[in-house]
Amino acid sequence: MYIYNDFDEQFVRNRVDQFRDQVTRRIDGSLTEDEFKPLRLMNGLYLQLHAYMLRVAVPYGTLNSAQMDKLAYIADRWDRGYGHFTTRQNIQYNWPELRDVPDMLSALADVGMHAIQTSGNTIRNVTADHFAGAAADEIEDPRPTAELLRQWSTDHPEFQFLPRKFKISVTGAKADRAVTRAHDIGLRMVRNDAGDAGYEVIIGGGLGRTPMVGKILRKFLPKSDLLPYCEAIVSVYNLLGRRDNKYKARIKITVHENGLEKIQELVESRFAQIRPEFVGVNPQLLSQIEQSFAAPTYVENATDGYEAARLANPAFRSWTDTNLSDHKADGYAVVSISIKKHGATPGDATSGQMRAMASLARKYGHDELRISHEQNVILPHVHKSDLLAIYAGLRAADLATANIGLISDIIACPGMDYCALATARSIPVAQEIATRFDELKLEHEIGPLKIKISGCINACGHHHVGHIGILGLDRAGVENYQITLGGDGTETTTIGERAGPGFGADDIVPAIERLVLGYLDLRENAAETFLAAFRRLGAKPFIALLYPEKAARNAA
Amino acid sequence: MARALTSKVVTANALLEGDAIWFTQTNEWTRDIAQAELITDEAHGDIRLLEAMADQSVVAGVYLADAKAGPNGPEPVHFRETFRTRGPSNYAHGKQEA
Repeated sequence: MYIYNDFDEQFVRNRVDQFRDQVTRRIDGSLTEDEFKPLRLMNGLYLQLHAYMLRVAVPYGTLNSAQMDKLAYIADRWDRGYGHFTTRQNIQYNWPELRDVPDMLSALADVGMHAIQTSGNTIRNVTADHFAGAAADEIEDPRPTAELLRQWSTDHPEFQFLPRKFKISVTGAKADRAVTRAHDIGLRMVRNDAGDAGYEVIIGGGLGRTPMVGKILRKFLPKSDLLPYCEAIVSVYNLLGRRDNKYKARIKITVHENGLEKIQELVESRFAQIRPEFVGVNPQLLSQIEQSFAAPTYVENATDGYEAARLANPAFRSWTDTNLSDHKADGYAVVSISIKKHGATPGDATSGQMRAMASLARKYGHDELRISHEQNVILPHVHKSDLLAIYAGLRAADLATANIGLISDIIACPGMDYCALATARSIPVAQEIATRFDELKLEHEIGPLKIKISGCINACGHHHVGHIGILGLDRAGVENYQITLGGDGTETTTIGERAGPGFGADDIVPAIERLVLGYLDLRENAAETFLAAFRRLGAKPFIALLYPEKAARNAA
Repeated sequence: MARALTSKVVTANALLEGDAIWFTQTNEWTRDIAQAELITDEAHGDIRLLEAMADQSVVAGVYLADAKAGPNGPEPVHFRETFRTRGPSNYAHGKQEA
């Protein structure tokens, strides 16, 4: 993986020193909160309902074991012994004290990490496919691209005060696990007719108040043009994006209001202008970065033991059925570690669990870990002969839940349990749904189903692209939950349709139960997923399940 | 005459720890909403807000929140403010821990 050079190291250290000085000046009263707030946000420090929150970037979701160990150390030393993995592949600490934050940032810098640009109207942490470098369906590893973008966007002098935040996501595979069509810029690696790798450039996607599926701006962009082209897009947006209304400031609105053709014209013209003199792009630099993401040295071992263990141990077999994905190398698998134990908080890992995962990565996983936008942790390179040992290690750390992609593998934002912007809670709803379906012992029968919960309209919980989406709102001083149906965050991105009136906090879990049990009756056979059944039948029968009284009235 | 309003309390987050605090009649900050000053007059509320905001070196994010009189002192009205008096629902962290 990418290791900081002297420049990166010095840059991050300088920023920690600057922030330490800013915190001192805030505490001694030299800086007012109004003056300090933009400075703390530039360094990922929010003030939430009960405490500060520090959001640490995990660039494109990639960590090594030393970094994961350091995250555990920070959780123990300065927080409450846990961390929350987010839908943007970041980690958030919910209880830091202001005085300690510079020390936390300094500890992060020790392992080449930081919290820069995890907030504010800047280019945020670049996200990528969490199976990058491992997935069987990959054209190329997207992480060198993401790292190049990280270097280009970090402290970019022109893009520190954009009209609004700006999110870029990259995938190198055919299956889109990076939700590229719901990003300000989505990059999909493709090959042209000549067989060269490049990007399909998608812009103007986004969730939030006005959800939109991204549109293709350029069908094929050669790899060497990546930086000048992205610079052209962001500079066009920087000038054209609206600053008069925060809710209309994202690039999706700029594209919508001006039309794709006009944006294309402006971007291509700006691109033509800056490309010849663009010094930021350097093929040598990219090739150096690519070398640092070289595939690990795979081992060759027999896998008979693995097959035998699967036959002998039903719990292990169940876990391998749900939590493994195909790897590009023979004898290898991608392991998804569920951070969604039934009834626990989605995405929360204790320091002990972080250390356990780091240790397994060191021993059996070529020292690599990933954070997924679905709030799970991935061991991307595991030889099948080591799976039984990994499973034992995960069980010992209470991390062996076999539910990846199932109904209890729920995305949930922190909601009003932590977030100052939230309008309702998300976490208890996720906990109750997972607990309920675990009691029913039905989740394996239900099969692949993505429930995503947001505690406000900003949609950090990606509810618009959940097969079942839940949006928590404040209706006249009471928590109320709206359901959307049929959303999809993959290469067939679809925004879910609102089902009807919302449900109170006591009614939302029973409503989900009616919906899901009803689906079991509606599906053609066990292979037809919830989403496939929804696409075949349309919303109507599902809405009838949610509102049985209304359906009965209509039938009368 | 100043218009009567929904009663309020002045609240903020403590600068160092970040936890929820409320402004008392004696210009101090308390961790217990029941000790806060319940404000029933809009003009007085505006003045108290300004006075509280002058405490920049110990607090951040000062605002007026709806509150009602309870047997032991002011109580929150909205669920968001209720959560601020106790902490998150997934762990016994925050004020409920004490």
